[in-house]
Amino acid sequence: MIRDITLGQYYPADSVLHKLDPRTKLIGTVAFIVSLFLFKNWPGYAAATAFLAAVIVLSRVPFRYMIKGLKAIIILLLITVIFNMFIVPGEVLWDFGLVKVTREGLSQAGFMAVRLIYLIIGSSIMTLTTTPNDLTDGLERVLGPLKLLRVPVHEIAMMMSIALRFIPILLEETDKIMKAQMARGADFENGNLIQRARNMVPLLVPLFISAFRRASDLAMAMEARCYRGGEGRTKMKPLLYEKRDYLAYALLIGYLVLVWLIARHF
Amino acid sequence: MGIIKAAQLVHEYIRKDDEGQVEEVKRAVDGVDLDVRKGEFIAILGHNGSGKSTLAKHINAILTPTSGTMWVGGRDTGKEEEVWNIRQTAGMVFQNPDNQIIGSVVEEDVGFGPENLGVPSLEIWDRVQESLQAVGMLEYRHHSPNKLSGGQKQRVAIAGVVAMHPECIVLDEPTAMLDPNGRREVIRTVRALNQVEEVTVILITHYMEEVVYADKVIVMDDGKIVMQGTPREIFSRVDELKSYCLDVPQVTLLAHELKCRGVELSDGILTIDELVNELCR
Repeated sequence: MIRDITLGQYYPADSVLHKLDPRTKLIGTVAFIVSLFLFKNWPGYAAATAFLAAVIVLSRVPFRYMIKGLKAIIILLLITVIFNMFIVPGEVLWDFGLVKVTREGLSQAGFMAVRLIYLIIGSSIMTLTTTPNDLTDGLERVLGPLKLLRVPVHEIAMMMSIALRFIPILLEETDKIMKAQMARGADFENGNLIQRARNMVPLLVPLFISAFRRASDLAMAMEARCYRGGEGRTKMKPLLYEKRDYLAYALLIGYLVLVWLIARHF
Repeated sequence: MGIIKAAQLVHEYIRKDDEGQVEEVKRAVDGVDLDVRKGEFIAILGHNGSGKSTLAKHINAILTPTSGTMWVGGRDTGKEEEVWNIRQTAGMVFQNPDNQIIGSVVEEDVGFGPENLGVPSLEIWDRVQESLQAVGMLEYRHHSPNKLSGGQKQRVAIAGVVAMHPECIVLDEPTAMLDPNGRREVIRTVRALNQVEEVTVILITHYMEEVVYADKVIVMDDGKIVMQGTPREIFSRVDELKSYCLDVPQVTLLAHELKCRGVELSDGILTIDELVNELCR
């Protein structure tokens, strides 16, 4: 059962968006998210909606996959909406005695909800169209300048990609240990929360021990293959910008200018 | 001098307690002399704890000698500045296939070694192609290593080492975690590398069937080399092997037993065909 969990929600398809350089997509996503907070009016939302809709169509990923990401934030979304509805002062629409719903509050709540939904959909489009490996490669390059501030960018990227490689292996191992403990009478399904948490101990201890052993083996194997950090390393698949990336940047800048103009003039 | 040479090599594992006091010293390798010529296929045998893995790790400079010297390609492994050259000269394949594959796609893993060496991107692609071809895994280049069988994973690991163009490959019990099919696959690959690409191979194992094809077999016990010779010479000494807790291949054992009962056979029969020929004579 535990094997069904899929991490990194890449959706394979053959689209322009899939082929874009991960750096373009990363920067584009961040720019889009920032743009969402620049405006507070309808024309701004119209522009953002049009941009997002175009990207969704280009990605060739079924829309329901993007909605999936929203489930995770539904509670956050509700809290935001409710707080905005009741707390923002202004023209009273309904009065429930203790709390009042105002016109301004209602519109603010609506705007915030749309913003959050767009934010999640925007970032899930990035993860849906980029393989985890490309994403780490892209991150390593985009965050490259942080090296000057002594941030170990290469090491972080390497850790991320190793983690991605070992997630399925560790999941399989968890499954194995679970079955072994169940065969010896361990119970992972019954009891209240505290009991269940306590029952997890015989699962976690062997899992951690084996993970440490794997880590030490892997470190030795990496050193045996001459790994010595990011310096002097070449890339088998170096990231290169192509024509479509420049075009994507041009469109992105066009969108940002439009949003900026709308934010200033309306 | 051969490509790998050890002189009076000693390695001690020192265990310290919490206060840093020496609690126990275990001598894993005890005065080993070794000389391997380029292109040879050497098998090192020994039961668990005989020091064979410790010896192997010296060839890749993962461990350095407590005393004595180890030269790989004429370089002293004790010198820190030589470590990376030595690791490029002598590649190493480990026991657990899962714990030595770094990439999440087969070809990316094979490219990992050359990337570390700073090989230009285009050449990495050539090397990946060549080495996957050499181990017969080219059609799996875009697969995820998690979906491969144990034998296939181990062949990918071998390709990862081959892509670094080493002169010598050390395999530390590469078949210990595999099923019989996987074992055969891996051994066939290793033999092909030795014969076609003329890579020096050092195979560490405790499966007797795997050493039959070696040029030279070394038997280790308690950190020392106790027997040395061609597989035929070694396997003709069945009783001596048994005293080191090692089993001879079934065919050899059968021939040995028959000989003890008075059937006329020559010493050190290694394959079924040989035994059949001898018996039908």
